[in-house]
Amino acid sequence: MASICFYFQLHQPLRLRHYTVFDNNGRYFDDSKNAFICRKVANKCYLPANRLLLDIIKKYQGRFRVAYSITGVLLEQLFKFSPEVISTFDALAETGCVEFLAETYYHSLSFLYSRDEFIEQINKHCDTIECLFGQKPKVFRNTELIYNNDLAGLIESMASFDAILTEGADHILGPRSPNFIYRPRGCGRLKLLLKNYALSDDIAFRFSNRDWAEWPLTADKYAQWINNVNGNGNVVNLFMDYETFGEHQWEDTGIFDFMRHLPEEILKHPDNDFKTPSEVIQSYEPAGTIDVSNLISWADTERDLSAWLGNAMQSNAIHELYRLEEKVKKTGNEKIIEDWRKLQTSDHFYYMCTKYFADGDVHKYFNPYDSPYDSYINFMNILGNLHSRCSKQMTGAALGTVSQNKDQPDLQIVC
Amino acid sequence: MRVFMLGWEFPPFISGGLGTACYGLTKAMDQLGIKVTFVLPKMADGKFVTHVKLLTPDLQTSNSFLNLGELKNVSFRTINSPLQAYSTPGSYQRQIEETLRQKQIKSGVLGLTGHSSGGADYGGDMYTEVHRYAALAAELAEKEQFDIVHAHDWMTYPAGIAVAALSGKPLIVHMHATEFDRSGEHVSQMIYDIERKGLHAADKIIAVSYRTRSIIVDRYGISREKVEVVYNGVEHNGDNILADTGIEKDEKIVLFLGRITMQKGPEYFLRAAKRVLDVMDNVKFVMAGSGDLMHRAVEMAAELGIGHKVLFTGFLRGDAVQKIYQMADLFVMPSVSEPFGLVPLEALGNDVPVIISKQSGVAEVLKHALKVDFWDVEEIANKVIAVLKYPPLQATLRDYGNFEVRKLRWTESAARCLRIYEETLVAV
Repeated sequence: MASICFYFQLHQPLRLRHYTVFDNNGRYFDDSKNAFICRKVANKCYLPANRLLLDIIKKYQGRFRVAYSITGVLLEQLFKFSPEVISTFDALAETGCVEFLAETYYHSLSFLYSRDEFIEQINKHCDTIECLFGQKPKVFRNTELIYNNDLAGLIESMASFDAILTEGADHILGPRSPNFIYRPRGCGRLKLLLKNYALSDDIAFRFSNRDWAEWPLTADKYAQWINNVNGNGNVVNLFMDYETFGEHQWEDTGIFDFMRHLPEEILKHPDNDFKTPSEVIQSYEPAGTIDVSNLISWADTERDLSAWLGNAMQSNAIHELYRLEEKVKKTGNEKIIEDWRKLQTSDHFYYMCTKYFADGDVHKYFNPYDSPYDSYINFMNILGNLHSRCSKQMTGAALGTVSQNKDQPDLQIVC
Repeated sequence: MRVFMLGWEFPPFISGGLGTACYGLTKAMDQLGIKVTFVLPKMADGKFVTHVKLLTPDLQTSNSFLNLGELKNVSFRTINSPLQAYSTPGSYQRQIEETLRQKQIKSGVLGLTGHSSGGADYGGDMYTEVHRYAALAAELAEKEQFDIVHAHDWMTYPAGIAVAALSGKPLIVHMHATEFDRSGEHVSQMIYDIERKGLHAADKIIAVSYRTRSIIVDRYGISREKVEVVYNGVEHNGDNILADTGIEKDEKIVLFLGRITMQKGPEYFLRAAKRVLDVMDNVKFVMAGSGDLMHRAVEMAAELGIGHKVLFTGFLRGDAVQKIYQMADLFVMPSVSEPFGLVPLEALGNDVPVIISKQSGVAEVLKHALKVDFWDVEEIANKVIAVLKYPPLQATLRDYGNFEVRKLRWTESAARCLRIYEETLVAV
């Protein structure tokens, strides 16, 4: 009996404007660029993929079920630039076949630097999801599936989540299979779902690669691989970026057709079904304990944090950012706090990565900057300005010349 | 493979990148076992005034200054000529007139007009001299054995054409810089014509960057397939371990190193310096080099009100160059049009991070450098301040940049040249 557990990640950062050391304003984010990209991805991916999944869900009358996690920063942009996408998510929520997961609202690495901030961001995200889609998330995933035992312990202690997701990396599994539920080491109640990276990446990365031995990947071939799990696995966790459908894999690769035919092929085998993460953990017991003392992620071959923190610039930038936390929060100024939070999005540090700079690879494709150095300079200039805004705010407040909440953040999702 | 190579200067008597490039390439070819006959101009009588302090070679042993024992497969030949790298018709004219004047003073002869008669030694104007040189080169070539002719930059093109014609061997023409790089839109028609003739007469052209190739294709009517790109390399300066010189400096130093001439963008350097000094105080700007715009640069620094923050060292050589790199926190090359740009590679090899103009060939090659449009003074200043303000940025650029240049070796360039020679020989 193999349950397919699909989980799709949706996120877009708020990209920064070109900001020099001479700039002296609070306009950090490039609205026109962000709008353009948001609409582009909406048209190529979010809308067609949502419509496809709605069709499939209706066709299979409840037997096809999936999960999504949508970051707060993306939700804000969708409201502003592509609100029709939100309506398709409303429709999906109403089918009762879709589960929404929780993550940090700002897609941040705050777990590593500020537990308080981390929890605040999770709560904000959960409130937003509940507000929009009427669901209180019960399953958590950290930014980029970053995970270790401490994280699991913290999530369990929040007492609002039943399960947590991460990457089924070889070095944490050893000889074991990701196709079972596990218990995080140190936890008594929380359950752990591990991504089957081989089968996930077959769709997400290899699908259109003509040099791949298995190209072309058809629904029936893939279903065969799923069937092979039967007997030695309960669940196949297929976690991937939603942009797989239309953005990473363009429509002409046949990715939508593949997805359209997949449920039929999967369900041909009577022991297969589709489950959401919550349904998975209700159906199966943990097969063992997984011990992860060092942080892992789903990024690159290393499956570690080197994509965001691997060089001196990255670690300096992120440290300086979190050093501002106290000062920022003391201002009580919502706009300042909001701006500071938007700067926490992990993508800003990803752009500073020098790992594969020489090779024109996946890192570079999504990078709005010419070089990681430009990204660092831009970020630090902005941070410098944020710092001085805080100082001005505090001096102004002390002198009584500035009102606390004069600036409002750009957009608030309220219900 | 035997090459008849027409070049310019050779260390230690160099005034710019051309000499360095010739040296690097020849040395690497030597290591590959290619036999090179290297021909270059040499001053017969060296006593005349020039703002470029070229040391005159020892007269006693005419080839002694080129006694570079490390080059086993290279033999040097000199042709007496006042031609120098980076001469323009105007500067040549001045040079000849000055030489003539010195001669008149020496011999005490008065009343000689001697304006344009060059006598037997050299042509009175540059055009004549370049073609006189060509004739002498052809004569010299008759005594040599070689498979191919390789000419570096415009002054040697007539010589290359002559030698190739007489010997029947194919001609490779190497473009390190075009007249458009040197003079913007105010090109010398004479030089342009010589360049064009050389490019069309050649069997194959080597450009130092794709940027230069574009200029050759767009401006000289050459088809793209005729032009190959061979990047310059950098001489690995041996031990790069930063000697702790014990120089305690509280001030940051931003370095400009190169000829102070229009092509190198000295005014953009100074304008950016002013912008930096608007917000940052403890920094000094050093312009190391000399050139036709040096005096203008000194004036400009004063006009901008930053005279006390800008230092001019004049042309640096040998150890002085090393020292300046050790002191520098950052190197800036705001070139208006740089066919390649060897100096940033040298800077990185000496652990100095670099900001380079996007309008340069070397920008095609370097990843770990900050790049900027030469005219964007605000952005140059923005990047300078960032490097000086954020140690992690400076350190990362420096470390990765240093590592990157280690891969840019002249042996690669020489190997590519060899391949081009072989393909050309097969084709003709």
